[in-house]
Amino acid sequence: MADDLKELKIELSKNGIFTTTLEELYNWGRKNSVWPLTFGLACCAIEMIATTMARYDLARFGAEVFRPSPRQADLIIVSGTVTKKMAPQVVRLYNQMPEPKYVIAMGACAISGGPFRDGYNVLKGIDRYIPVDVHIPGCPPRPEALIHAFMTLQKKIEEQALAGENRPRHLRADLPSEFEVPEFGEHGLEPPANPELFPALPGNPLKVLQ
Amino acid sequence: MSDLLNAEEVKAQIEAGVPGSHVTVIPNGSPSGQHSLLLDNEHAFAVASFLRDHPALRLDYCSLVTGVDWLDTETTEKIRVKKVVDGVETEAEETRKTKVPGYLEAVYHLFSIEKKHGPVILRMRTANRTGQTQLPSLTPVWRSCEFQEREAFDLYGIVFVGHPDLRRILMWDGFADFPMRKDYHPPADGVPVAEVHA
Repeated sequence: MADDLKELKIELSKNGIFTTTLEELYNWGRKNSVWPLTFGLACCAIEMIATTMARYDLARFGAEVFRPSPRQADLIIVSGTVTKKMAPQVVRLYNQMPEPKYVIAMGACAISGGPFRDGYNVLKGIDRYIPVDVHIPGCPPRPEALIHAFMTLQKKIEEQALAGENRPRHLRADLPSEFEVPEFGEHGLEPPANPELFPALPGNPLKVLQ
Repeated sequence: MSDLLNAEEVKAQIEAGVPGSHVTVIPNGSPSGQHSLLLDNEHAFAVASFLRDHPALRLDYCSLVTGVDWLDTETTEKIRVKKVVDGVETEAEETRKTKVPGYLEAVYHLFSIEKKHGPVILRMRTANRTGQTQLPSLTPVWRSCEFQEREAFDLYGIVFVGHPDLRRILMWDGFADFPMRKDYHPPADGVPVAEVHA
């Protein structure tokens, strides 16, 4: 929005007139109704549950409704260790979510494999197969950290453009909304990472948020 | 531990009760002194049934099955040999290396719910680590062995002959390795970290 329009808007609001743009209104609505998927993997999920309860009250951010079906969810919080045996199911759940969809990788395991990184059975970070929007370190992260990640996500949703070069993935017909589900191989998952997504370079158009 | 479950005592009972069986006591030097009994594979099933049904022992519950991987080892010993050097007989020291083949081991911890005593620890060893990794399954004797023998099969590659449903339990079907073996190396899952932030 041009600067003079912004000034006009401020001037009008001083006189009791509320103005907005379609983009602002749309993003305002979206960022305050991000419904996460009812989905937890390990101890981080316990912190996620605590975040939704009365003391931390994630409902303040419009995310009180955890949806039991990926078809109704906007956000998947990968909360905990992703084992190689579970990874295909996590990717499949992400694929089943409708656009626009977001991913928070919660905790050391989800972002990198954590203390199990050198083991035989743990995926070295879920960003190898699905595009992660916000990473939270911690083992497990406290509810405040999850709320911070959620607020970061909201801020990024608010800044999304609806038109133009930088419009997000869900508004571009040429970009996929589903990603390859890894297969069980003889020694590990095949492929070990999705080359379109990993390493997660900034500016990759497949990432919903930059 | 009561005298009844003394390792030597149990060994004597087994060898008297199961003709032809051979039991070796493997001492445990720690303060707990939980010595274990190494069974011969041929009679292991009969010995297990005997221990379960023995009226005084009544080891009716197997609480734990696990595997152990013992790698091939090499022992070196110094021996004195006589050599004839320039027509003079001299004594020289030589080092002799002996290869000891490794094996896989299954360990069973037995308790008695009825008599409220235990544990009695059984061991069985495979012939080697590569080709002959069969051991008799004790699942027909103790039902609780079923999943734990599957786990030992999954992670160590011990093939339990007579197991009713011997499949991998933690890793997926089609996985080729045995991750808890000492010579296992996990895949690098390498992805070149290219000029990420160049």
